[in-house]
Amino acid sequence: MNPAFSVVAFTTLAGAAQGLIVALALAVLGGVPMTPAFLAFGLVAAFVLLCAGLAASFLHLGRPARAWRAAAMWRTSWLSREVIVLPALITLVALWWLAIEAAPPVLARLVLPLAAIAVAALLWYCTAMIYACLRFIEEWAQPLTLVNFVLLGIASGFVLASALAALAGERQFLAASGPVAIVATLVAWATRMAALRRNAAIRHRSTLQSATGIRAARLVQTSMGMSAGSFNTREFFHRASQLAMRRIRLAVIVLAFAAPLVAMLLAWATAAAPLWVVAALLQAPGLLADRWYFFAQAKHPQNLYYQVVS
Amino acid sequence: MIAALKALFGAGDTVAPTPPPPSAAKQLALVIDLNVCVGCHACVTSCKEWNTSGSAGPLTDQNAYGANPTGTFFNRVQTYEAGVFPDTDTVHFPKSCLHCEDPPCVPVCPTGASYKRKADGIVLVDYDKCIGCKYCAWACPYGAREIDEERQVMTKCTLCVDRIYDPLLAPEDRKPACVKACPTGARLFGDVKDPDSEVSRAIRERGGYALMPEWQTSPANQYLPRRITAAAGEDASEARELGTGRAE
Repeated sequence: MNPAFSVVAFTTLAGAAQGLIVALALAVLGGVPMTPAFLAFGLVAAFVLLCAGLAASFLHLGRPARAWRAAAMWRTSWLSREVIVLPALITLVALWWLAIEAAPPVLARLVLPLAAIAVAALLWYCTAMIYACLRFIEEWAQPLTLVNFVLLGIASGFVLASALAALAGERQFLAASGPVAIVATLVAWATRMAALRRNAAIRHRSTLQSATGIRAARLVQTSMGMSAGSFNTREFFHRASQLAMRRIRLAVIVLAFAAPLVAMLLAWATAAAPLWVVAALLQAPGLLADRWYFFAQAKHPQNLYYQVVS
Repeated sequence: MIAALKALFGAGDTVAPTPPPPSAAKQLALVIDLNVCVGCHACVTSCKEWNTSGSAGPLTDQNAYGANPTGTFFNRVQTYEAGVFPDTDTVHFPKSCLHCEDPPCVPVCPTGASYKRKADGIVLVDYDKCIGCKYCAWACPYGAREIDEERQVMTKCTLCVDRIYDPLLAPEDRKPACVKACPTGARLFGDVKDPDSEVSRAIRERGGYALMPEWQTSPANQYLPRRITAAAGEDASEARELGTGRAE
């Protein structure tokens, strides 16, 4: 697939926001001491990230003015379900922010955090299933797609939460969120590598023979039927060289996982708060590169029909 | 945990979380005869001509007179070479929407713009509802859908739905433009659910097959395999299907 920057940005931003929401909600539910101002700032940060993601998702549409129609087919379409759950999460975060000072504790400290965790989880499920339900895109139609959307979101959210706590001097919050950020990043690294290895080794079920029904052992395309490309050649081929793909894969490993882990472990060992911010700043481009790779690595079976210009 | 996840993904084997609707009583489709397609692209140009000025149009072009012209087409003719020299065959292969009986592009559409007509099984796009998210194109293993870059809505073969029922046309003209244009009669059109139709007989008697059967989309359009026919006077049992090396 040719990664669309709008979708890469949307899923990465929203994933981090969801992880941040889960971090804040678990801290509130677990009674981790933090100032109301820090909680409010964290929720505003999640709100801004979600809205930025929503804005990015609009850039993917050919007809953004009609986006309201996308909630209609929630019975069959995971995209439609995501379109409903994302604004629901944004609304919930806004309500929670309003409730911090004003609402009774049972609402602000129990009901809304629990609801936020549930809806954030639901959004991960919807987002992952948009890709995992396409059975013939075999890189995506597997359980690790869901696992990685959840774990990368949790890892990036907890790293972000820890960086914010370090900046705000919330030592007790950082003491709770820091270890989770380190462990989540480690586990996400392991499951993402498992997915990358699995996908690199796929033997695709569709072949040129099954695509055309011509049963000759040697079968090559001599013309795709047009000379200057079409939607089919623009949308489904990323056109990055194998060397570029290898470099991006290395950048993902270093920036999204290895370097932030080193920074976080150093921060943990030396209690140097700025290193948490360094970890978050390193991880952000790494996660964007990883999501780009997620799309680029997927080989759509339609590509079999578009191999040779003439 | 993996087992639980796989159970969670029980629906991962199918695009539609809901069971597929019962097959339509009528299913219009094309049957493409690979024996006689000569790769002239008349079906491509006649399709473009009819549909750019019909209810599905306009099918816009970009850079039409430049070095790299591109545009929206519902139908393409591709060419493949099968076998090893000197026993090679050139196979011309027209490709358009297959109007699957279980179309994976329909349930994924978030707006309901993509739909399959119950009356005749044609898969269509409501251009007024389409938001141009391209998800249906991702969900089609055949690459049968193309977004119109100017109108920014998804487009696809309509089986000339604005032609095949037109009472103003003579009955013999109520066929898709590509079928009418084909100089060799490589394109048959009809109801594949009617066992006595020309298309059903062709599929039955001449080994009609579906593309990418591994994804269980049940394409309505089928293809008739290339056969090496015996020369006049030769033993007819020498006729065989291309690439199989065995007598039929």
